[in-house]
Amino acid sequence: MKIAVCVKEVPDPGPLRRIDPATRRIDRSGDRSLNTYDLNAIEEALRLNEAGGGGEVILVSMGPERALESLRKGLAMGAARAVLISDEAAAGSDLVATSLVLAEAIKRESPDLVLFGQQAGDSDGAVLWAAVADRLQLPVVSQVSELSIDGGKVTAKRQTEFGYDTIEAPLPAVLAVSDALNEPRYPSLKGIMGAKKKPQDVLSLSDLGVSADRAGEAGSRTAVSALSPPPSRGDTQKIEDDGSAAQKVLEYLIERKLV
Amino acid sequence: MSTLVFLEHHGSGIQKASLGVLSKAASLDADTSAVIIGSGVSGLAADAARYGAARVFIADDASLEAPLPQTRVDVIADLVKANGFANVLFGASVLASDIAGALSARLEAGLNWDLTGLAVEGGALVGQRSALGDTVLVDVAWTAEPRLGLVRSGSFEPTEISGAGAVEPVGVALQEFSGKAKMVERAHAEQTGPSIEEADTLVAGGRGVGSPEAFSELEALASALGGAVASTRAVVDSGWYPYQTQVGQTGKTVAPKLYIACGISGAIQHKVGMQSSQVIVSINKDPNAAIFDFSDLAVVGDLHEVVPKLTALVAERKG
Repeated sequence: MKIAVCVKEVPDPGPLRRIDPATRRIDRSGDRSLNTYDLNAIEEALRLNEAGGGGEVILVSMGPERALESLRKGLAMGAARAVLISDEAAAGSDLVATSLVLAEAIKRESPDLVLFGQQAGDSDGAVLWAAVADRLQLPVVSQVSELSIDGGKVTAKRQTEFGYDTIEAPLPAVLAVSDALNEPRYPSLKGIMGAKKKPQDVLSLSDLGVSADRAGEAGSRTAVSALSPPPSRGDTQKIEDDGSAAQKVLEYLIERKLV
Repeated sequence: MSTLVFLEHHGSGIQKASLGVLSKAASLDADTSAVIIGSGVSGLAADAARYGAARVFIADDASLEAPLPQTRVDVIADLVKANGFANVLFGASVLASDIAGALSARLEAGLNWDLTGLAVEGGALVGQRSALGDTVLVDVAWTAEPRLGLVRSGSFEPTEISGAGAVEPVGVALQEFSGKAKMVERAHAEQTGPSIEEADTLVAGGRGVGSPEAFSELEALASALGGAVASTRAVVDSGWYPYQTQVGQTGKTVAPKLYIACGISGAIQHKVGMQSSQVIVSINKDPNAAIFDFSDLAVVGDLHEVVPKLTALVAERKG
């Protein structure tokens, strides 16, 4: 099968992440890597083809050209090639603009299956697959924790707030996979050595036929207007249990009308 | 301004998160409508009126029985086009997130997610969300209509604001691709008491609880307080407690009135899922546990001593 996996380079998680007050975008300087959740999607794509008679796994991403370095991790895991849409005019794209650009890039490939990780580690977004699927006019299933493909049809089990759903959809389809689905492999030394030589296409918006006013800030419909520190919780009242802690907790809850 | 709120239902009731968003929207905009989509859902309209809907759109059709997103996108997109709503709001859930994401592409409309605050400034909706592991508050806006918003669960308590609640049936015209995904089975987790998103009180257990059996102590306290039991990723990964109780990065975000953290160290992944709780009480043996840094009341002690005693005291007080 031809499987497109949508991936993203994100700043390394940790306390140093911040929003740049000047641009009001996430500061993407410093160390970066492939969004952890995307590794589950890459892993699943590789496994599906290993089990089902081969095919091609293509990484599709949007970002600055240096993001190719992060994409190489996916190539080292076993993806065949990478397509990166990199264009100054695409910087600052929100969901409307990003979903358009990715959908156009995916259309050029006509894959049998499009996979996403379960969320973006930087923006905490968990909506992109639905937008891309709508633009591609393909069925979509999110939060997939088990999947099988048989006879041109995907059967996916997924978790919701209420329990487990099993959903069937004909291919081509768009799936967002949960990180409970698999354990991503570590790239082998051979994989790492070979990654650089794999095809890595860098496309501009005009290569995709997307006009500049439909991407980046011009093509976006949301904006960040201000940043502020979160409200402080106030002081922590600390008690050591000398046998009376339960009584003290009860009194605390009664005072606040929580019992 | 006019606002549409998607009301998600499960079984015979509308989700509390949706009603919270509806009553908040009605308090900001008198011209707030609700939409209920499903099969056999007409009976739910009265609830929508009670929480502030001026109009209640009902899309009731056998093709809408399964709670899948794409059919709902078709219904809401048509409603927005016909009525010109300035704002379309959702209480966040697996279903609502997929609907809102797709609607953003369908209507070329901006979507802000994880909203914890909503307000009207200069005649237009603005929102507030937290970002980067809740280390920064971000004021967000939309640059065009319609404005789509996903509200973090627990952000708004449903309050009764009587709305006119005029019921308007909606015709259903589905796109060819929207019906391709089919629900073949729904296995509902056995649940007694409220779900963790719906409960006002959560008693949460981490690895410090020690064993799956010891969760019964937490269940007893939750039951005495009329709440539910929540858990951490480490607990779920160890198979001690079911995934649907997991709070934090890959689980759910909750904001109950009271969060009692038992044997939870307070890793950032957990913190982002619960720090909007109104009151946080934590019990941990380790006096340096990170969770104490964002607790209102910190108890240094053995949860196996404190929790059963507290359960007995609460039960005694309730008589």
